Amino acid sequence: MGAMRQADTIATGEGTTLLGVTGLEVVYSDVILVLRGVSLAVPPGSIVALLGANGAGKTTLLRAVTGLLPLHRGRITKGHVTLDGRPVAGRDPAEMVRAGLSQVMEGRRIFAELTVEDNLRAGGYVVRSRAGLREAYERVMGLFPILAERRGQVAGYLSGGEQQMLSMGRALMPSPRLLLLDEPSLGLAPIIVEQIAKIIKEINAQGTAILLVEQNATMALSIADYGYVLEHGRVVKDAPAPELLADRDIQEFYLGVGEAGRRSYRDVKTYRRRKRWTA
Amino acid sequence: MTNFLQLCFAGLALGALYALVALGFVVIYKSTGVINFAQGGLVILGAYLTYNAHHTWGLPFYLAVPVAMAICALVGAATERVVLRRMVGQPPFAVIMVTIGLLFILEQAVTSIWGFNQLDLGDPWGIKKVTVGGLNLAQKDLWTIVLAAAALAAFFVFFRYSRMGVAMRATAFDQEAAVAQGISARRVFAVSWAIAAAVATIAGVMLAAGGGGLHSDLDIIALLAFPAIILGGLDSPGGAIVGGIIIGITQNLTAGYQGTGANHYLGFLGGGFSSVMPYVVMIVILMVRPYGLFGTREVRRI
Repeated sequence: MGAMRQADTIATGEGTTLLGVTGLEVVYSDVILVLRGVSLAVPPGSIVALLGANGAGKTTLLRAVTGLLPLHRGRITKGHVTLDGRPVAGRDPAEMVRAGLSQVMEGRRIFAELTVEDNLRAGGYVVRSRAGLREAYERVMGLFPILAERRGQVAGYLSGGEQQMLSMGRALMPSPRLLLLDEPSLGLAPIIVEQIAKIIKEINAQGTAILLVEQNATMALSIADYGYVLEHGRVVKDAPAPELLADRDIQEFYLGVGEAGRRSYRDVKTYRRRKRWTA
Repeated sequence: MTNFLQLCFAGLALGALYALVALGFVVIYKSTGVINFAQGGLVILGAYLTYNAHHTWGLPFYLAVPVAMAICALVGAATERVVLRRMVGQPPFAVIMVTIGLLFILEQAVTSIWGFNQLDLGDPWGIKKVTVGGLNLAQKDLWTIVLAAAALAAFFVFFRYSRMGVAMRATAFDQEAAVAQGISARRVFAVSWAIAAAVATIAGVMLAAGGGGLHSDLDIIALLAFPAIILGGLDSPGGAIVGGIIIGITQNLTAGYQGTGANHYLGFLGGGFSSVMPYVVMIVILMVRPYGLFGTREVRRI
């Protein structure tokens, strides 16, 4: 792939893309423009990171892909979303799950009143065959042994890290081809974040492509193949993950490892301004 | 003592009716967030449908009831589909007004189809009684308790273990997260209404059976069941049952001991206090536990 922009491959119809987003514009309540022409691509079996500050439009992008926009009075006004090259924008969430796309929502959103086991059963709602359900359950238990220990407990009593694992396990129950993760590191201790990162790699190694939405850029880029940076509803930069990790702007703004004396708020503001002009 | 036990027994039967109606309220409230004032309309619709299946179509009584339950469930699901689904996300007050409107429509529909006259449901129990250890127990009351217990047990097994039951509980807790997992919230809503209508049918049949007669005013049961719902907690199916039984027994004991005569220890309350008593109990319990005995603390009150 090299320096070639992944999004371009969908536009020209070359190559294989699992998830393709082209020129996507999303408006909430008919007035608030949140995405202003976003394009990105997730090839099968890859890990793609989507970075961006609060309010950049990351979660909105996920909603547009999963069909949850209408629940938030949002609407796609321009652009396309494709799965396996076929347009899927406007499909309802259940259809998307059946098509092989599953998500872990921001803030985990586990069913706190239900047991761990019932959370997983709810996750496997679209799986009709008993054997398929069994198989997915065993796989999740293999990935998250802690859930097996806690399977009879009410999910609300799990620790934050365990809840994140349950949320991921629940999303894996339909055996998706693409897993969307919205800020899995949010509010977790660094050691747990490391553990989550390892599990994400493992899920990926088992053949599931991953779109990882994160503010923790270090973690995301350390496991991703490719990364996009979203700012004010636009992709302002996209490159293979190692390239992004080495990028000075990214280091400064997202990794907080700029040159000495250049970490003040004013410098960040300068960075923002520069970004806006060049975008 | 015999008198006391007898009053308790009849109170339990009454409480079982309240529990059935209350369960309908709770199931709909839990999954859709709607307080369904049309529940009483479903109660009478179910009873009239049973009458129709038994007398007009000539089905035996034990078949007429399940047939009526199925039809009433379909009507419930259709109501949700046609009317209430459009109200999703609208202000709670508007939704409540819609359900009150539905109640009036159901009342009028029932009288325009089956007339104003009191009808005889033709139940197999009538006013027959059995005597157990000196207690005179109405057969109808025994059957009410048995049928209610069976319906409630079936509901809990379904709610706890079935795929749909898990989906219903998940949707009740976090609708968006459930939808994101591919759970069809629409189907959950429809099933909730169908269940509420089916249990309402049982309540309606038992209410009209035993010589009570079938008339459209029976929908008042839903209002009488309201203290039971609030008492148990608006979002707790188990609470609906406990609340129903507490209210049923309280009401019946008050009825037995009020008024004048020997052993009428509550005579000072005067006659007719039994219909006030459920609300007194409700208010006292709400003062101690504002979200009901088993309700969730953050339940939105309206």
